[in-house]
Amino acid sequence: MPERELTFAQAVREALAEEMRRDSHVCIFGEDVAEAGTPFKVLSGLVEEFGAERVVDTPISEAGFTGVAVGAAMTGMRPVVDIMFGDFLTLTMDQMVNQAAKVHYMSGGHWRVPMVMRTTLGATRRSAAQHSQSLHAWFSHVPGLKVVLPSTPYDAKGLLKTAIRDENPVVFFEDKMMYKLKGPVPEEDYTIPLGVADVKREGDDITIVATSSMVQVGLGAATLLEKEGISVEVIDPRTTWPLDQKTMIESAKKTSRVIVLDEGYGRYGVTAEIAAVIAEGAFYDLDAPVKRMGAMHVPIPFSPPLEDVTVPTEETVYEAARSMCKRS
Amino acid sequence: MTTATTRPDAGPEVSAEREKWLRVYRQMVSIRLFEEQVNELYTRALMPGLAHLYSGEEAVAVGICEALRRDDYITSTHRGHGHCLAKGASPDRMFAELLGKEAGYCRGKGGSMHIADPATGNLGANAIVGGSVGIATGAAFAAKRLGTDRVAVCFFGEGALGQGSLYEVMNLAQLWKLPVIYVCENNLYNEYTHYTETTAGTILGRATAFGLEAASVDGQNVRAVNEIASRLVRRARAGEGPAFLQADTYRYSGHHVGDINREYYRSKQEEQHWKTDRDPIKLHLNWLLAQGYADAASLESIAAEVRSEMESAVKFAIAAPYPSVEEVEKHVYA
Repeated sequence: MPERELTFAQAVREALAEEMRRDSHVCIFGEDVAEAGTPFKVLSGLVEEFGAERVVDTPISEAGFTGVAVGAAMTGMRPVVDIMFGDFLTLTMDQMVNQAAKVHYMSGGHWRVPMVMRTTLGATRRSAAQHSQSLHAWFSHVPGLKVVLPSTPYDAKGLLKTAIRDENPVVFFEDKMMYKLKGPVPEEDYTIPLGVADVKREGDDITIVATSSMVQVGLGAATLLEKEGISVEVIDPRTTWPLDQKTMIESAKKTSRVIVLDEGYGRYGVTAEIAAVIAEGAFYDLDAPVKRMGAMHVPIPFSPPLEDVTVPTEETVYEAARSMCKRS
Repeated sequence: MTTATTRPDAGPEVSAEREKWLRVYRQMVSIRLFEEQVNELYTRALMPGLAHLYSGEEAVAVGICEALRRDDYITSTHRGHGHCLAKGASPDRMFAELLGKEAGYCRGKGGSMHIADPATGNLGANAIVGGSVGIATGAAFAAKRLGTDRVAVCFFGEGALGQGSLYEVMNLAQLWKLPVIYVCENNLYNEYTHYTETTAGTILGRATAFGLEAASVDGQNVRAVNEIASRLVRRARAGEGPAFLQADTYRYSGHHVGDINREYYRSKQEEQHWKTDRDPIKLHLNWLLAQGYADAASLESIAAEVRSEMESAVKFAIAAPYPSVEEVEKHVYA
């Protein structure tokens, strides 16, 4: 029998539905999460199964309902907060950074905040500067938070289930351009641990460490490079914190060349951190400086030809890799 | 509890009332003397960091917490010692926390502004003004959803009226009929600025705009505070929804212990007026005497007991060890 395939959105929904069936304390807060199922229709059908008491439509008050989720998490619930666009995370920063991330530590371990914040990232949807950012680096910077970036439907389901069962606040980023991506997803219950990278493709000549939808970009570039005789290893850390440093460093030692690919801004960003980890861990095995590729340092523009050059593509990654392997 | 003279016809009900108001007296005195010790520790440079004293506002915390069960929730503020004590925290572990000791409520990692204690439903003091309004509302959500009939009280100062998230959560609480009571302690000053310079309209108008049950009370009268709090708690517990209480009070000290020269924002006469004529402990003491619930000597002996309890709590905290350095990386994640 062929493996069952789901879209990324369906995999997220299945993870939520399974966890809500398993644990009556799991509930969802967000704007248009109930009957509307979110603008991306990721949550369609959940309110019909679990009711409006557990799939809770909120006013457009991101700070308010995120704060409510923090308090509910401390007192017995396991809320999953839906922040429609990652750009709106800015409105939740006090609740996430000063409250959720700090409560366990500040209370000497007495209170816990088992909550998940699901949100989106990613450009090229023609949505302009306030609906296109990838702000996962902000949360990766803060002790007390965990940050997850699934790149496939399989990973989305397994990682989201783990995030919901985690005792800490977890921020879960879904690239909105990947919701229709299809891939095999087992029907059974499975989880994927946080902090374990996945080798998406094995190779010998160069390593591409990529996150979220950039994994697909990296894999596409790898196919192009294969035709040139360049063998690419693609590593997906899957979580920026906890970060599986070992897998990335070992791959870097093996291939001696690394590109770090992430849709956030490179400056003080995820690519900067990962490049530093690799440079520190594999310096004497590297044949080239670690190359960082991320969003251009501009607000994401609306006009299609402008927007398209702001993020790495298969072609730009292909060119960078060829050049690093001296095939230009 | 110290015995005292009561009227000869006192029945069991009167006796319970008397016990209650003597307990309230003791609690208020405890907070006052706790804060005196804090000031002393700070002045003697025995305390790291700063402290924001609650002296003058005791009737609010005590009047409200007296209306709560132990398993009800509170959230507190940077000026939180009074709330924590009134909800049942013990002074020795509080002092230990203020001194950064391992025996403290947060193993020394929270300090004065972050006392938290699950055993007494204390979700934590919070050093972000208005930072806990969401947490209290979320605790009320969980209480309702889990059917525990617990109530959450969210203490904040009138300075938090400037924070938008308060209005977001009051809206949510009213929409969802959550058992949460927002208690605005109006001590007149947002740090060093009179609240009338920062607050347009009325305080209660902010709550009534969302349809919350709203009331104001003389925050120096512990019985008045307790009476109205009891009504609002009963209502919330019965599923009738959230409420907002404005308690008018006064902060005897500066914004923090180091805020000594205050003439540029308030006069000494004003401070003296509140201390002389509006002191919540004196007012309650006089009432106890007038009711015949206690005589002056027995009230003084309660105060003496509390004073010696505070002194030994401070001694405990000073003698307690600091956490070992390994503690620094514990509890970042659960």
